[in-house]
Formats: sequence, structure tokens, C-alpha cells
Amino acid sequence: MHHLMPRSTPPWEIERKTIVKTEDKTDPKYGHKPEERPAEEYIRYGVINLDKPAGPTSHEIAAWVKRILNLKQVGHGGTLEA
Amino acid sequence: MTGVLPITLEESRKVVQALLYSGKEYVCLMKLHGNVAEERVKEVLKEFEDTIYQRPPLRASVKRRLRTRKIYYNEFLEMSGRNVLFKVGCEGGTYIRKLCYDIGEVLGCGAHMQELRRTRAGPFTENEGIATLHEVAYWFREWQERKDGEILRKFIQPMEKALALIPKIYIRDSAVDAICHGASLTAPGVLSLETGIKVGSIVAILTLKGEAVALAMATASTEEILNMNHGIVAKTERVLMPRGTYPKCWKSGEI
Repeated sequence: MHHLMPRSTPPWEIERKTIVKTEDKTDPKYGHKPEERPAEEYIRYGVINLDKPAGPTSHEIAAWVKRILNLKQVGHGGTLEA
Repeated sequence: MTGVLPITLEESRKVVQALLYSGKEYVCLMKLHGNVAEERVKEVLKEFEDTIYQRPPLRASVKRRLRTRKIYYNEFLEMSGRNVLFKVGCEGGTYIRKLCYDIGEVLGCGAHMQELRRTRAGPFTENEGIATLHEVAYWFREWQERKDGEILRKFIQPMEKALALIPKIYIRDSAVDAICHGASLTAPGVLSLETGIKVGSIVAILTLKGEAVALAMATASTEEILNMNHGIVAKTERVLMPRGTYPKCWKSGEI
């Protein structure tokens, strides 16, 4: 079976180039490179790529991470059924 | 079901929206309810590529109306008796259990989803920087004792990682704070940008340091933005950076 329509490209196979419009510098006094954020901030603006085990729901997993890391708000990106 | 489940900590919950546009990949074990030739299974898997129609299942948390989803690929891996292992790359919100059921209907014998592992959620894959619950608990305890930032980087990634697959616009320091207050991005603030931006695309606005400022909806294409000297290029949808991180360079009344 062949396709009449071109196969749609998965988002992870799309190649993008960065084009410069204007040159400028950034002032080191403000903000941080993401990987250089101070520890507390690094956690607050962080994401864990978690390997979900079988059994618990995505919601339960998020609640566990919240308790382990002692945080107030923890969410998940897309439910993976129990 | 197991596999890649991005967990957003505190402020990073706002990037979940970006993951919705970034696709998923699963390895699925499907159980057939009758004997079918391997060639026929491969054929039918191909028939379920591109646009498919699905009605969300009874227990789903969304409105149960027929909707379309893109299947980027269904890759046959192996088959043993009535067990079929295949890989599926698809849009977010595709129900794989439903896909197996529908494949079973077309095969004529019926089928159900036996096991499922998510191998990708947008830019997050099972091959890179994935951590188990045990590892999270272990590394966090280690970090509490040693306070070494390198330990955090073993299991936590910056929220910017979640934006890896959506097109980006890099802006001037002087444009940052207005965006943090919800202003639209205008052409003079743009320093560089990625190819492939179209009107209506969700874009990530970043500083030159690579920090996420906001998610926005493009109101011009890459080519148009490159030629614009003034005017709005993207409407801010979700602010990711706290106000006051960068100096205020705008006068009140401008927003």
C-alpha cells in the first residue's frame, strides 16, 4: 500500500535553522543560562524525564515526586494510563 | 503502562502546553484474537498511518466527539503467534488502546492492547536523561547532603528542554520585561529566529542566554519577521519568566 499524501513529519524530525536578524549582547547581570540557575531556582524551573513504572497512575507518580522533593506544585505532561 | 512521563516542577508546569504540540512515540504489544498472516498485519498497520479518526473512550476526560489525529508512522517490529510488537509515532491525544481495537476490526479477528511503553514525549526520550522514581529519591537525598549542583543535573532538566521542538525567537534584554508583563513581541525586539514559523504557530520566546520568557502565537512568518522593522510579530500566550528578572525598559501605558 502506498500513500498519495506525503507522510507527515514527526515534530522531532523537523530541522530548523536559526537566522540572525540583528546582533546584540546580553547583560550577565540579569538572569542565568538555564543550566546555571542557582539550585533552588533550577529545581523550581525544572522538569524530570521520569521513567514511569507499571501500576500507579500518572497523577499518583506526580504526587510521589512532589512528596520526595518536598514541593508545592508538581504536574505531568500527558497522562500515561495506569 | 510504562515509560517517558515528563514531570513538571513548580513553575515549569506552564511548559506542558508546549509538549502537547510535540508528539509522542510508543512501543505497543498488541494481542490479536485470531490468526492472521504477518504480511496482512504489516499492511493494515500502514493503513493506519497519516490521518485517523478516533472517538475518545468512555472513561476519557475529554468530550467524546469524533476527532482526527496524525499517526506519523506505525513501524512493525516483530510478531510471534498472536502477539504483535510495533512502534507508533503520533500526535498527542491519540488513544493507542483504541488504535489496537480499530486495527483488530480491520483485520477482522479483533485485537486489544496488551502492553504499552512510551518511548518519547516531545523532546523527552527514554534514551536520554531518563530517571526512575528510585533514582529521583536517591539523587535528591545526595543533593541535600552535598549541595552539589551537578547532582541535580543528573535527574532534573531545565524547563527549556520541553521547548526544544517548537520554533524559537531570541529577543533583546530590553524587550524581556514587557513580555513578562504580557505585552506582544514587536519586530525591533527580535534578534534571531528559527525557520518554519508560520502565522498561528506556537513559538518560544527566549533571551540570548537561552532562558524561556514566554510561549506566544506568531502573527507573522519567519520570512515576514526578518523583513519587518516595526509591528507585532507574536502575541504572548503564557509568560514563563517572573517579572523583574530583566530591567524594565518600557514606559507604563505602552502595554
